[in-house]
Amino acid sequence: MTIVYEDHDDQAASDVPVRRIRFTINGQKKIAEVETRLLLAHLIRQGLKLTGTHTGCDTTNCGACTVLVDGRAVKSCTMLAVQADGHEITTVEGLATASELHPLQEGFKEEHGLQCGFCTPGMMMAAKALLDSNPDPTEEDIRWALSGNLCRCTGYQNIVKSVLWAAEKLRSQ
Amino acid sequence: MYPSRFRYEAPRSLDEAIDLLRLGGDYAKVLAGGQSLIPLMKLRFASPELIVDINNVPGLDYHRADPDGTLRIGALCRHADLERSALLASTQPTMAAAAPLIADPIVRNRGTLVGSVCHADPQGDWASVVLALGGSIVARGPGGRRTIRAADFVTGPFQNVLDPDEIAVEAVIPAAKGIRSGGYLKLERRVGDFATAGVAVALETAGGNVIRAGIALTGVGGSTIEATAAAEALVGKPLSAGSIEQAAGLAAEVARPRSDHRGSAEFKRHIVRTFVERILTRADATAERAA
Repeated sequence: MTIVYEDHDDQAASDVPVRRIRFTINGQKKIAEVETRLLLAHLIRQGLKLTGTHTGCDTTNCGACTVLVDGRAVKSCTMLAVQADGHEITTVEGLATASELHPLQEGFKEEHGLQCGFCTPGMMMAAKALLDSNPDPTEEDIRWALSGNLCRCTGYQNIVKSVLWAAEKLRSQ
Repeated sequence: MYPSRFRYEAPRSLDEAIDLLRLGGDYAKVLAGGQSLIPLMKLRFASPELIVDINNVPGLDYHRADPDGTLRIGALCRHADLERSALLASTQPTMAAAAPLIADPIVRNRGTLVGSVCHADPQGDWASVVLALGGSIVARGPGGRRTIRAADFVTGPFQNVLDPDEIAVEAVIPAAKGIRSGGYLKLERRVGDFATAGVAVALETAGGNVIRAGIALTGVGGSTIEATAAAEALVGKPLSAGSIEQAAGLAAEVARPRSDHRGSAEFKRHIVRTFVERILTRADATAERAA
């Protein structure tokens, strides 16, 4: 995999700090050579071309870039790509199988849990972390778990319904 | 946004980490949870030349009580670990109240208590909690370990007394001599915002009397403020409407808030008074139920 960096002409190419890392993303093992200052969000989007992970605010507020690192929800704009070394990343692309949507994705579709869709991948990943640890959440649990994710369209009502829908479907499977 | 370029090392032991810091000098920073440091680096408020990531150092993610009740929180214990902690829920009311109010749930998965105290943001919640509980920070450097009282640890906004080659390895909360009560309240405009104002109260009572009290204020001055006179006004007697009102007034007096987009100085001072009153009134009700 190749990542092309901006050249600011300030350092010899050989002096730019780079590290080789090994990690798993959506079940696939990868090795990457990354500049140490590269953020995980950019490794995912630009290095791996997995553009489902969105960068919204870039200041740890909005949660659009949320991915799972070893099963825990993390804002990928606030973690260095080098820190993914040895870890397992799941992005929104890891939810669906070739033939089937994940119940969370189905839920967002059924309950109209998105309008512009920008926050949706982050919402789904934060919700996935919740449902993995609490398969039968209350509405309050869901609102609490998603309180680090901002949505500017929906007013959250349908997002909460979508997650409840998904929880019920997952429990019945 | 990208941080400036830096060398990155991820040592597997504290000794190795300290060696790296010794060689990196003033231009090195320790990376634990990174939920304050990485944003600062992205905004170029901090441009360290060397990052020493301690996330691969084993054995730092604990929080546990010694047999005598002393609580120890390791440098890699995340806010979320504390939020879910049965130990805190049963023995540390002030900490248990604060844990769910730190940042937002996703940030809490990565950020650490020790890192938050080291970061020394006047709006950091844990610093107030640790200060109110009379806690301290244990640092390790080339010369060994030293323990620094939280009251002496922070020297100003974003400044602490750690040497460039020292790592804060744990926070220590001393064992209670009485029954603990207290709490933490924070006013924030929305989840994840910094505190408009926050108040930590930690009490210990024995035989109906308050035998120790700590009150500390978040976000209402250039650093975390210890409301010593307010706390002293509570000690040596049972909680009463009178002592609660006196303490709340004294706490509001030592607050040094500034008017900004989060509210006027007067408003923030009012919040401090209200929060001290509210936590103490609840503590009083809890004590009565227990009696």
